[in-house]
Amino acid sequence: MDGGVGYADMDALKATELRLGLPGSDPPEKPLPTTTTTTATTARPTKRSLDEDRAARREPSEGGRATSTRATKAQVVGWPPIRSYRKNSFQAMKATAEAAGLYVKVSMDGAPYLRKIDLEVYAGYKELREALEDMFKCFEGCKGSEYAITYEDKDGDLMLVGDVPWEMFTSSCKKLRIIRGAEAIRGLGSSQ
Amino acid sequence: MTYFPEEVVEHIFDFLGSHRDRNAVSTVCKAWYHVERLSRLNVFVGNCYAIRPERVMARFPGMKSLSVKGKPHFADYNLVPYDWGGFALPWIKAAVRRSPGLEDLRLKRMVVTDDDLDLLARSFPNFRSLVLVSCEGFSTDGLAAIATYCRGLRELDLQENEVEDHGRQWLSCFHESCTSLVSLNFACLKGEVNAGVLERLVARCPNLRSLKLNRAVSVESLNEIVARAPYLVDLGTGSFAVLDCIGDKGLAVVASTCKELQELRVFPSDIYGAGATSVTEEGLVAISSGCPKLNSLLYFCYQMTNAALITVAKNCPHFTRFRLCILDPWKPDPVTNQPLDEGFGAIVRSCKNLRRLSLSGLLTDQVFLYIGLYAKCLEMLSIAFAGDSDKGMVYILKGCKNLRKLEIRDCPFGDIALLNDVAKYETMRSLWMSSCDVTLGGCKALAAKMPRLNVEIINESEGTDKLEENISDLHKVEKMYVYRTVAGPRNDAPDFVWTL
Repeated sequence: MDGGVGYADMDALKATELRLGLPGSDPPEKPLPTTTTTTATTARPTKRSLDEDRAARREPSEGGRATSTRATKAQVVGWPPIRSYRKNSFQAMKATAEAAGLYVKVSMDGAPYLRKIDLEVYAGYKELREALEDMFKCFEGCKGSEYAITYEDKDGDLMLVGDVPWEMFTSSCKKLRIIRGAEAIRGLGSSQ
Repeated sequence: MTYFPEEVVEHIFDFLGSHRDRNAVSTVCKAWYHVERLSRLNVFVGNCYAIRPERVMARFPGMKSLSVKGKPHFADYNLVPYDWGGFALPWIKAAVRRSPGLEDLRLKRMVVTDDDLDLLARSFPNFRSLVLVSCEGFSTDGLAAIATYCRGLRELDLQENEVEDHGRQWLSCFHESCTSLVSLNFACLKGEVNAGVLERLVARCPNLRSLKLNRAVSVESLNEIVARAPYLVDLGTGSFAVLDCIGDKGLAVVASTCKELQELRVFPSDIYGAGATSVTEEGLVAISSGCPKLNSLLYFCYQMTNAALITVAKNCPHFTRFRLCILDPWKPDPVTNQPLDEGFGAIVRSCKNLRRLSLSGLLTDQVFLYIGLYAKCLEMLSIAFAGDSDKGMVYILKGCKNLRKLEIRDCPFGDIALLNDVAKYETMRSLWMSSCDVTLGGCKALAAKMPRLNVEIINESEGTDKLEENISDLHKVEKMYVYRTVAGPRNDAPDFVWTL
C-alpha cells in the first residue's frame, strides 16, 4: 500500500533541499511568510508549479507527482491550514519530547545483550541500583553474587558509580557496566 | 399578535434566544420590528463591514452586549495581509457615543490596539466582560488598562490572540478592591505573571469559576491557586490538543476509554512528512466506532480512504462539524487510487445536521454534486485543491440552501461559476476565493450586477497599484473576498485592497 510518499524520496529530497542551518540540524520552518506582505513571487510561481502538479496528477505515475507535490507543498502559503503559533508550539513540543532523556547503554558481564536506560527518570543512586537489579535479575545466576556498577565517564575512564553527586554523575556518564564476580570483589574498596 | 400590548410581545420575544430568531421576528411587521429593536440586548455582527457601527447602535439603543467579527477565516492561515482591516476602534467609538451602558464586548479576528483597550476601559462604567478571540495589535499595556479601569470586571477571556509582551505586570493592575472576577483566561500570553499577584487575585475573587493560565505559571503556584479557589470549575493552560504522535494506537485507546467524547482535534506534529507515529484512516475509524457522541472533528492525517470515510459516516451520523485535512494536496485513496468523492459523499449523506465541512485529498466535481444534494444544513464550507471545473462550484451554490460562508483556494473555478447565480451571495455572509481561475473581468461583472456586495480584490504584488489601469480584465485574480453589506465600500481599505 503506497502511502503516496516513499521515505527514500523524502530523504533524497531533504538531502538536496536548500535551507538555512547546519547540516544535520532539523529543517527550520520553510520560508512561508508569516505575514503576506511579501511580494507575489511567493504566490505566482507557486501557482504555476501547482498548475503543473495538477496536470501531472492525472498521469498514472505517482512517485514523480508525489515528490514534486511535496516540494511545492513546502512553498505553499497557508498550507497546511494550521495557525502559525500552533505549528511552532507543536514542533517545540515534539522536539522537547524527542530530546528529553539521557539514554546510556548498560552492559553486564556475561549477559548476551546490552540494555539502555534513561538516567533522567531516576532520582538518585538508590533508584538506579534497584532498576538495574530488576533489569538484569534474569542473568544473575546464583543470587547474591557480588557485582559492582561502574561507568565510563567523559574522559573514557572506568569509574565506580556512587562517588560523586548524582547530578554530576548523570552529566558525565557515557555508559554503564556491571562488573561481576572476582573482579568486582577485588575492586570494591568500601562496598556501598 | 397586534391585539397584544407591546409589553406582552416583548415578553414573548424574551424567549427567543438566538439572534437569528430575533432577526426573523423583526421582519414580520413594523410593530414587531419596533418592539424587537428596543428590547434587543445582545447584538451579533458577523462581518464588521456589513453594516456601520452607528447604524447598529441606532437600531438597538438598549444594547448591552456586542459581538463583532472582522477578518475572513483564511486570515488564520496567513492568507490575508496583516493590515487588511477589521479595526475595532470604530465599534468602540460608536459604543462610547451611543451605548455607554455597554457591558460585554466580544471581538473575533479584529485589530485591537492598546489605545482602543484604554478607551474601552475608561468609557463603560458597567463593563463586565471582554472576550478577544484571534485578535492582534495590542500588548500587555492594553491589558493593564483593562485591569486598572474596569472595576467590577467579571470576565477577561483571551483566546489565541497575538499579544505583545511589553513586560508590564498587567495582572498587578487589578485593584485590591476588585473581587468580581468569574472567568480569567490568559493562556495565549507568552510572558510571565507574578505568582504572588495571581494567587492574591484568585484568593480575593470568591466567584472565580474558570481560570486558564499560560505555561509560565509554575506548578507550585498552581498548587497555591487551587488551594485558594475551591469553587473553580474550569482550570487549564489553554486547550488540550492531541498531537498525531499518539498514532492510530493512541487513538484506539482514546476510542476505548473516552465514551463521552464530543469533540476531537488531532494536529500533525510533523508537517513535512509522515512520521512513524502519525495517524491514518485507521485511527479515525477507531474513534468513530468508539465515541458515539462525537459531533465535532478536526483531523490532520497523511492519508484517508473512501472505505474509512464510509465507515465513519455510518458510525457517526451526528457530526455537526467535520474537518478533515489530508496534508498532501490532491492525495487519492491510497488503496484504490480513487478520488475521495465517495467517502465525503457518505459523510454528507449520513450527517444530516452537518453545519461545517472542510474537504481535502483528491476530489472531483462529483463530491460537490453530493454536497449540493445532501448537505442541506451546511453553513460553512472550506475547499482547497479540489474539483475539475466550474460545475463543482455551481453544484454547491445551487444546492446548499443554508450556506453562509464559502472559502475556496487553489481550485479550477472561474468566472462562469462565480457569475452563475449572483443573487446567491446576498444570502450568504461571505465568499473567499484565492488562487482560482476568476478574472478581474469576472469580478467587475459581479460588482456591477450586485451593488449590495463588496467585491474586494487583494493584490500583494509590488507596483500593481500603479498598473491598475493597465491590468487586463483577463488577468486572474489572486485573492477575492466578496461579502454582502449595507454599508457600501469601506473607507479604511489599504492600498492593496481594491473594492470594485
